Amino acid sequence: MYAQMVKSEATEEDPEKLAAFQARIDAGERIEPKDWMPEGYRKTLIRQIGQHAHSEIVGQLPEGNWITRAPTLERKAILLAKVQDEAGHGLYLYCAAETLGISRDELTEQLLSGKMKYSSIFNYPTLTWADIGAVGWLVDGAAIMNQVPLQRTSFGPYARAMVRICKEESFHQRQGYDLIRKMAEGTPEQKAMAQDALNRFWYPSLMMFGPSDKDSVHSTQSMAWKIKINTNDELRQKFVDQTVPQAEFLGLTIPDENLKWNEDKGGYDFSEPDWNEFYEVLKGNGPCNADRMEARTRAWRDGAWVRDGLMAHARKQATRRVAAE
Amino acid sequence: MSSEWPLWEVFIRGQHGLNHRHVGSLHAPDAELAIRHARDVYTRRNEGVSIWVVPSAQITASAPSEKGPLFEPANDKVYRHPTFYDIPDEVGHM
Repeated sequence: MYAQMVKSEATEEDPEKLAAFQARIDAGERIEPKDWMPEGYRKTLIRQIGQHAHSEIVGQLPEGNWITRAPTLERKAILLAKVQDEAGHGLYLYCAAETLGISRDELTEQLLSGKMKYSSIFNYPTLTWADIGAVGWLVDGAAIMNQVPLQRTSFGPYARAMVRICKEESFHQRQGYDLIRKMAEGTPEQKAMAQDALNRFWYPSLMMFGPSDKDSVHSTQSMAWKIKINTNDELRQKFVDQTVPQAEFLGLTIPDENLKWNEDKGGYDFSEPDWNEFYEVLKGNGPCNADRMEARTRAWRDGAWVRDGLMAHARKQATRRVAAE
Repeated sequence: MSSEWPLWEVFIRGQHGLNHRHVGSLHAPDAELAIRHARDVYTRRNEGVSIWVVPSAQITASAPSEKGPLFEPANDKVYRHPTFYDIPDEVGHM
């Protein structure tokens, strides 16, 4: 998902404490920052929430790409509001991660050094205006699938950040669907653009849920800790079942010859994405990995004088206030 | 190199007449900018009519290990609740 293939950390601690901790989670209690927690729980969560936060921030880039070229003032205002929301989502999540004992600057530096990852989906380019619709409809749609259950995750600050995010995410998906619907109902050229956007974003969206459960090695511990609520395949199936009728309504075709309703399981059969491509993108070989990291590094570097200057100003003001008293 | 902006806790009054409630935290160099950031991060959809910010370092919290001694004594004092007392129906609403 926004946090893909998060490795669970092994934990070697007092079995009694571990059992008491697991009992709290099993009873549906929320774990708060000052409570005792296994070191593995803490580290896994930093990695997961950090990756989620980085995804929100890097996720602004493919959409920000179109702000100056939005076709109408209304669409531009909507897109600006959405991209601003993504920044907010990143901030809620960074704050949740910080309660686990890592600083904001450390998180940023780990992203820039490549030690921490962000979602594979944001390494794909937004080539046309229709892509902005596809991102809202499919990418945010896939994100919602994962984020709604995470509102019940065991770590209090993470769950509360998710509640805020989910409230705003619905706007994101709906504006995307509204945008692509306008194009699908437009001229034949516009409809072709909408179809092309769906063709390119379909499989990368399916990859967002991570590898199949049979290949996903980190799920068991994370599910016991309730920091992962559903399996990758469950969420992917749910996403396909929800999205196919939405595409049909638009008169667009899902780019999968094997897509077929399966009465027995009450869901669609569909083709797996190309997992080799997924692993290549994670390794840094996607179409936009280098661009995204370059943009984030530049923003961090070029913003340094602003961060330092404002801090120096704040210190000077504080000193003056003390002197005046 | 640079030192990180300090962390602030943000409290928002949702509507007139309600308490300020903790909504989250953010980084800012000083109180004035913390208010501005809080406005951008936490009130984009009419969530508030007033904002408080407090440096996180200034908050003193009770320790989780003290939960028992602090809060358990309240458990056996049921007589502090109005429902502990039977009032005969004839008396009417009280």
